Amino acid sequence: MKKELHISIDRIKCDGHGLCGEILPELIRLDDWGYPIIAPGPIPEQLMPLAQRAMADCPVLAIALRRTERHKPAAG
Amino acid sequence: MSHLRLLAGRDLMAGPEGLNEHHRRLGPLPAGGPELIDLLTRTGLTGRGGASFPLGLKWRSVATHSRGTAVVVANGAEGEPHSKKDRLLMTARPHLILDGAFLAARAVRAKQVVLYVGEDHHAARQSMSMALAERSEEERRLVRTVASPARYVAGDSSAAAHFANAGIATPTSTPPSPHESGVDGAPTLVQNVESLAHAALIARHGETWYRSAGRRGAAGTLLVTMSGGVAGPGVLEIEAGTTIAEAVEMAGGASEPAGAVLVGGYFGSWVNAQQAWELQLDAAALRTRGLSLGCGVIGVLAKRRCGVCETAGIMRYLAAESSAQCGPCFFGLRALADACSRVAERGSNPDDLHRLHRWANEVSGRGACHHPDGAVMFLQSALKTFSDDFTHHPAHWRAQVPGAKRPA
Repeated sequence: MKKELHISIDRIKCDGHGLCGEILPELIRLDDWGYPIIAPGPIPEQLMPLAQRAMADCPVLAIALRRTERHKPAAG
Repeated sequence: MSHLRLLAGRDLMAGPEGLNEHHRRLGPLPAGGPELIDLLTRTGLTGRGGASFPLGLKWRSVATHSRGTAVVVANGAEGEPHSKKDRLLMTARPHLILDGAFLAARAVRAKQVVLYVGEDHHAARQSMSMALAERSEEERRLVRTVASPARYVAGDSSAAAHFANAGIATPTSTPPSPHESGVDGAPTLVQNVESLAHAALIARHGETWYRSAGRRGAAGTLLVTMSGGVAGPGVLEIEAGTTIAEAVEMAGGASEPAGAVLVGGYFGSWVNAQQAWELQLDAAALRTRGLSLGCGVIGVLAKRRCGVCETAGIMRYLAAESSAQCGPCFFGLRALADACSRVAERGSNPDDLHRLHRWANEVSGRGACHHPDGAVMFLQSALKTFSDDFTHHPAHWRAQVPGAKRPA
């Protein structure tokens, strides 16, 4: 089975440094306060190296590449 | 016959119902166990804290992860400013909530029950601890009582677990969700106190009884808090499927002509009064209309009040109640509240209207918890329902001049 990954941000860790938006503008744009907005959907194959670089270079390690979930967990 | 279930029995203002009276009226606590989860699933009972999540599914998920280590949190934080139903229930019928919490503990094989009650809800806290003192030692040993801070986000399930663990009532990043890893790292069932009380009655009387209340195809009863422009504001127990018009009638009718209704509280939606009267108060029925029952607050806004100004005030409150952990929520809600306030005070302008729409779309879904999503859903309903007022809102000082409400 093909492995589909998407970009996941830990919103509490994220401090809006904005490096991810510079490394991967194809999938990550920054809002008016410098926090990332992630394009929906899985990471295209050819962007995977850049996505991995964005993850590794985040100063607060707020980025994870997760396998796309089928369903969301229960909310309170 | 009265449809009252949770609020049946003695006068609600006559103080908490004691254990003897509770047993005389309802009989002893049934054994419960894992079968109760199947029963709850069949009734379709949904949570009454705000998210309307099915109890059966949630209990099943915690039970699956439990291995006898789970924790049950009875959530009585009730941080929603206009909601009064949880504290009324805790104050008047504490044993019903304890029954539900102990049944939940047996069903998911929990080793601990946390009573999480808002620190400002003094009568409720006193009533719950008095009731607990009447229970058996075996039950009492399970329980830990925690006073939750009077903040809007404190009622979030991950915030409740965080507070029980570390004394900080802010939401945490998911995954893991509390039902996977919550209090003490154990699978944790965070359940609103009204939901627990319903479970306690369903365990006694069964599915057929549960479905014997309810109108227009809906099942059971629910607590709502009627607030704003009604003659008799306060908590009502109504049959699911009751329309808002009927609920307003039960609350003494509208005190003056109504312009709009806030359905579901601050994380709910504004609906034009004409359309709102027909709406049925039931989680599933509202969802088909794109609305949410939330915590059951029905706020009636008088026609002479300004929807834009009301919305600006509530947005300011919700922005201040951000736990300031996630940038999009902390900065975004504040910017949205500022833009709303500018329209309310200085009058409409295309820039702010454009920003409101753009930011609302951007902020939603970008927090660790659902605080920004709820606030944005509320704002978007205001932009739709009061669309005319947002486009033509006069500056505050101009609004004082008679006849200047809609400048050309």
